Amino acid sequence: MSNEAILHANMGSAHATHDDHHEHHQETFITKYIFSQDHKTISKQFLITGMVWAVIGGLMSVLFRFQLGFPDDSLPWLEDLLGKWWAAGGHITAQGYYALVTIHGTVLVFFVLTAGLSGTFANLLIPLQIGARDMASPLLNMLSYWFFFIAGIVMLSSIFVETGPFSGGWTAYPPLSALGDTSPGSKTGMDLWIISMALFVVSSLLSGLNYIATVLNMRTKGMSMTRLPLTIWALFFTAVVGVLSFPVLLSGFILLIFDRNFGTSFYLSDIFLSATGTALPNEGGSAILFQHLFWFLGHPEVYIIILPAMGIVSEILSINSRKPIFGYIAMVGSMFAITALSFIVWAHHMFVTGLNPFLGSIFTLFTLLIALPSAIKVFNWLTTLWRGSIRFTPAMLFAIGFVSVFISGGLTGLWLGNSALDIHLHDTYFNIAHFHLVMGVASILAMFAGVYHWFPKMYGRRMNVTLGYIHFWITIIGAYLIFWPMHYEGLAGMPRRYYDYSIWESFKQFSDLNKFISIVVFITFSTQILFLINFFYSIWNGRKETSENPHGATTLEWTTPINPGHGNWVGEIPEVHRWAYDYSKDGKDFIMQTTPIGADEKEEKH
Amino acid sequence: MTMFLTITAIILIFLVIFQIAKANEYIAIVKGEEKSRKQGNSINAYLMLGFMIVGLFGVWYCNKLLYDKTLLGVPAASDHGEKVDEMLWVTLWITGIVFIITQILLFWFAFKYREQEGKKVFFFPHSTKLEIIWTSVPAIVLAVLIVIGLKNWYIMTGDAPKNALEVEVVGKQFNWIYRYKGADDVFGKKYYKVINEANNPLGLIWEDNEKLGLKDDAKAHDDIVLQQTMYVIKGKPVKLIIGSRDVIHDVGLPHFRLKMDAVPGIPTTLWFTPKYTTKEMKEITKNPDFIYELSCDQMCGNGHYSMKGIIEVVTQQEFDELMAGKTPAYHAAFPNNNPKTETAAPATAAVVDNKPIAQKN
Repeated sequence: MSNEAILHANMGSAHATHDDHHEHHQETFITKYIFSQDHKTISKQFLITGMVWAVIGGLMSVLFRFQLGFPDDSLPWLEDLLGKWWAAGGHITAQGYYALVTIHGTVLVFFVLTAGLSGTFANLLIPLQIGARDMASPLLNMLSYWFFFIAGIVMLSSIFVETGPFSGGWTAYPPLSALGDTSPGSKTGMDLWIISMALFVVSSLLSGLNYIATVLNMRTKGMSMTRLPLTIWALFFTAVVGVLSFPVLLSGFILLIFDRNFGTSFYLSDIFLSATGTALPNEGGSAILFQHLFWFLGHPEVYIIILPAMGIVSEILSINSRKPIFGYIAMVGSMFAITALSFIVWAHHMFVTGLNPFLGSIFTLFTLLIALPSAIKVFNWLTTLWRGSIRFTPAMLFAIGFVSVFISGGLTGLWLGNSALDIHLHDTYFNIAHFHLVMGVASILAMFAGVYHWFPKMYGRRMNVTLGYIHFWITIIGAYLIFWPMHYEGLAGMPRRYYDYSIWESFKQFSDLNKFISIVVFITFSTQILFLINFFYSIWNGRKETSENPHGATTLEWTTPINPGHGNWVGEIPEVHRWAYDYSKDGKDFIMQTTPIGADEKEEKH
Repeated sequence: MTMFLTITAIILIFLVIFQIAKANEYIAIVKGEEKSRKQGNSINAYLMLGFMIVGLFGVWYCNKLLYDKTLLGVPAASDHGEKVDEMLWVTLWITGIVFIITQILLFWFAFKYREQEGKKVFFFPHSTKLEIIWTSVPAIVLAVLIVIGLKNWYIMTGDAPKNALEVEVVGKQFNWIYRYKGADDVFGKKYYKVINEANNPLGLIWEDNEKLGLKDDAKAHDDIVLQQTMYVIKGKPVKLIIGSRDVIHDVGLPHFRLKMDAVPGIPTTLWFTPKYTTKEMKEITKNPDFIYELSCDQMCGNGHYSMKGIIEVVTQQEFDELMAGKTPAYHAAFPNNNPKTETAAPATAAVVDNKPIAQKN
């Protein structure tokens, strides 16, 4: 089926006209903005919902950093605001602290960096950059968003439950997550947490299948796989990883639901509950089984987060250096290698669970192997900058920032991935510093880069550049000031997820540092508000974009009108004649993908 | 009040920044957009350079401030820990060098190749030679790291020496219980369903129980059960047999550079040879309050942060004296059955120091 036919099949008879670009006139507010099937609108829905969650998750980190930095101070108005359960007497309570840490992790990993990042850019870029009028199934696409939305509502509601939201860490290891008597958060809060996550898995499967189908089937004429921009490759691999690993997570959750509610013993064995003074009947289960199922998604999940970031950064670095991305095929190959390896490294999260040492050595080997494709990517990004002509747009600054924190956080992966060294550093602040830099901060920076870069395509207006600069510099400096010193806390063996360190002879020496970090967290978080102001102000009041191709880019999204309607192109979808990276070739600043190869021009073979 | 002032101040600062940023936009239009774009470009290029220089200085300064607060300057207190430290330094050197080179290249390129009049861009889409170099060099370096790592990994996870002192460590919300073999040098059997918080926290099998199909195990009668503090011997390998009574905990031993999960239903092990007694360590660290702390390193509930154990490393002689003074848990629970205490001093609690560490809430 041609693109055109698929589109019409999904749009129903009312839209089966050839004047696709006129049909948005007939749409009501609800079909255009709420239950929209236009990939561009769905992309904005993902983005803005992701932002809401980023603010909630970020605010949580500010609150628990307040506890870590100022354990002896109290803010009485916190109790008025949050209630006794969270902040009795103006102190964050232990249960409140663990709930904050847990929901912060869950929300940031799944709602912000998975849905917010791939949801936004896969929806926006896949059809626009491959030359399709919409996704393979706009309906599933819409459902994907609404499953995500409901997942969010359920998660949000768990915060208001009497026994509190789930508070056993985002990894939700049983038995802690299976038994309400071990922690109040494992009661109703955990039920809601599982329901929310199950809905989220449905959402990400619907969208993942859609992305794969779209990329494979709906590319415009001439758009062979090797002419795809790296963003599309990255989003494609991301979808593949998600589709193959999320179901395993769901299966783990289903067993957990059985253990919680139906008396099975998948994860439970030999348990005596101090709280009630009773021994449980469950015997023969393995608590470690859940960790295998969890990390079989959990590890690929970090690549679900980082791959789209890599794609966005590759694209933005190339455009703003006015140079082709260096080593296109190596870039695709390394992403493929990361995708493949991501499925056979999960047990490096479990080196200290007592797993078979032989198994541990295999996982060490594969884990360190991932450093190779990662190193290739970094070197290729550096070479892309080399002898370019760099335009420091806010997007470019964030992309360079991404490379910097990706290097910083990636290198410590060699420490933690090496099992014998991990025995010392596992679950310490070293680990927190590592994954926040390499996956958290890096992906957030790439997400900002993407928003700044494609904002004109999304809203037909520009964001304020000066605010973008201020946003970038405070964010990157803040991120390093927050996470760099945490390596040192980790090198003191300081465990993560501690509510209070003052009773520990070995860890109490960092109270000043914790204070400092908490202050920086507060400033850096506030700066993100500045970004939000810039974003929302610019949607309505930003300077109108006057050029179809403001960045001088080669890809197809810049051949659409400034404010493209549903269907993206007026008239025919353009045909593609070359790869996406002909910058500064033969003395021309850039050559669009739609420009045919000239008579005396050599096509770039890669 | 201060909070409201802070928030007001922040809002005001935002307002000012926002107004300036807006004004910049208008100035740009008046001045010519291309010109002001180039100005911004060059400012950011210099900021990149500045960030690199200040950042590298910051790395050095941060190290200077914090080095002494870490364990980097403190010798590892176990043989395995020394291997960890060795590895740590090798890895630190390798990753450190790569870090400095790549960060300098990144920011230097960003600065050097900023957009400038008359500068030509080099069309350079790929180079097989370069790509082979930077695939194979890291591969070799990684191979070195892997070989060192796996060698150590197999030593650490290998079998403990035969003469090792075996201690059972059991986690529960939120403290640690230790068991020694007692006079017969054998751990008696235990079963979690006969756990009795008051006098049998590990569920040692001390009597027949038909309902559960248990037979009294005489070997369990002399096992010594301790809480809070565990004693191990300097220079003698110790093998910890680790378990949990409820949720997953983790035996974290920062000074010995080791760690192992405590999983309900699945015993795990960890062995090492302590190198310095607690007293010696007080001198080495120049901290008279020094103690070897056992921290729970796996999220185990709302009291996770207070789940602290203490390990006291003593000499063999001190250890023997200490153990001679401990009453087996069975005798403490049933003083009447204790041959030694017929004159019956009131039962010294089997459970020493059994007070939970104060929890803040």
